[in-house]
Amino acid sequence: MEKCRRLNAPFLEKEASNLRAGDEILLSGVIYTARDAAHKRMSEALARNEKLKVDLSGAVIFYAGPAPARPGEPMGSIGPTTSYRMDPYTPLLLELGVKGMIGKGERSEDVVSSMKKNGAVYLGATGGIAALLARTIVASRVLDYEDLGPEALRELEVRDMPLVVLIDSLGNSMYREGPAKYGKNGK
Amino acid sequence: MRQVPAEQVTETVERLFIEANYHLPPDMVSVLEKGEREEQNPVAKSVFRTILDNRRVASEGKFPLCQDCGMAVVFLDMGQETAVTGGNLENAVNEGVRRAYDKGYLRKSIVGEPLFERKNTGDNTPAILHVRVVPGERVAITVAPKGAGSENMSALAMLSPAAGPEGVERFVIETVRKAGPNPCPPIVVGVGVGSDFEGVAELAKRALLRPAESSSSHPRYAALEAELLRKINDLGIGAAGYGGTVTALGVNIEWAPTHIACMPVAVNLCCHANRHCSAEI
Repeated sequence: MEKCRRLNAPFLEKEASNLRAGDEILLSGVIYTARDAAHKRMSEALARNEKLKVDLSGAVIFYAGPAPARPGEPMGSIGPTTSYRMDPYTPLLLELGVKGMIGKGERSEDVVSSMKKNGAVYLGATGGIAALLARTIVASRVLDYEDLGPEALRELEVRDMPLVVLIDSLGNSMYREGPAKYGKNGK
Repeated sequence: MRQVPAEQVTETVERLFIEANYHLPPDMVSVLEKGEREEQNPVAKSVFRTILDNRRVASEGKFPLCQDCGMAVVFLDMGQETAVTGGNLENAVNEGVRRAYDKGYLRKSIVGEPLFERKNTGDNTPAILHVRVVPGERVAITVAPKGAGSENMSALAMLSPAAGPEGVERFVIETVRKAGPNPCPPIVVGVGVGSDFEGVAELAKRALLRPAESSSSHPRYAALEAELLRKINDLGIGAAGYGGTVTALGVNIEWAPTHIACMPVAVNLCCHANRHCSAEI
């Protein structure tokens, strides 16, 4: 990780294109949580030509389902879920304007080629540091699919959320470079 | 015959799940601190530091360690000289889970039917309950909330006996290699060898309950654990998958007798939040 950059969400393709795999980011602004069930519902709604309650233009989607917030707290523990389960739904969302995704784990080739085509980035939050990440959420509200409980579509206001660029808009991946350097068996 | 009220089982299960979700067990803290010292990649080293910071914040009791507060796995050893009174044992355990996930502000992550509807049950029940009837009066309960990121990367194989220890090694290492960053490394690797198809999976899960730095009491299995740990760390996956010299914090193998034609092996991976907590009634 080279230098820590500040980034505001939503962001444009031009800002995404300045990011490189391995860059450390502090993200602020408005992002959305959606995971397995919300992705399924969004893609079903889009197939029926319905309008979503989330504006996808320049949007950042955090693959997360938080723990319930205690009274007086904007958010409970929150962290990334493993991203590959959202891969089947992702290229369509990238075509519709999503510029950033926050998760953990590798992405499919289809997702990476769509990221390159649409100038999007894949950002990583460390898994399992959910108590620390909760403290970067300033406000939160459910936008849609409230019946899904932790899987509801939420809008979050975040301040200085610590992230790493896992895959940049050129397709460079931090997951390939790090393990290749420290592995002793070849791969 | 000794009598234990069902309500006491409920209260114990409730207390243990809240404890497990906010307080990382001491064996995990100790291997994480050791991992932080030994890690060579500065980026992965800082992930270790963040994990330890997170654990300190969680222990204040406001935010659970991880948003994935897990499936509610319960191991219950029931002394055969003891009777549960005033209620059904399974209901008592589920009521404890229900109360813990409500009062502890823990995420409810269970869907009632897995394939078509996938509707959240809303209270994190039912628990996955493993009951063993044991001699004596003792009732021992261990809870182990288990997150899905690492559970999804677990695997089972019915190997041929001819595959030998090398076959087991290959399967375990391949499972960890394929999992890569997904199970939230640094991980603990629970391995079951022997028994039958469903028995070997339970052995692997029980192996995760052993302290991460402990060794099998059988010297040849202990040697295999050490060898596997070395080879897994040679994969270079590292904390969070960012590359590094510490990918696993421990490898625990549990084994059991098996059929003359069988050599089942199961690998149950657990993230760095290997949560488990026990009590006796």
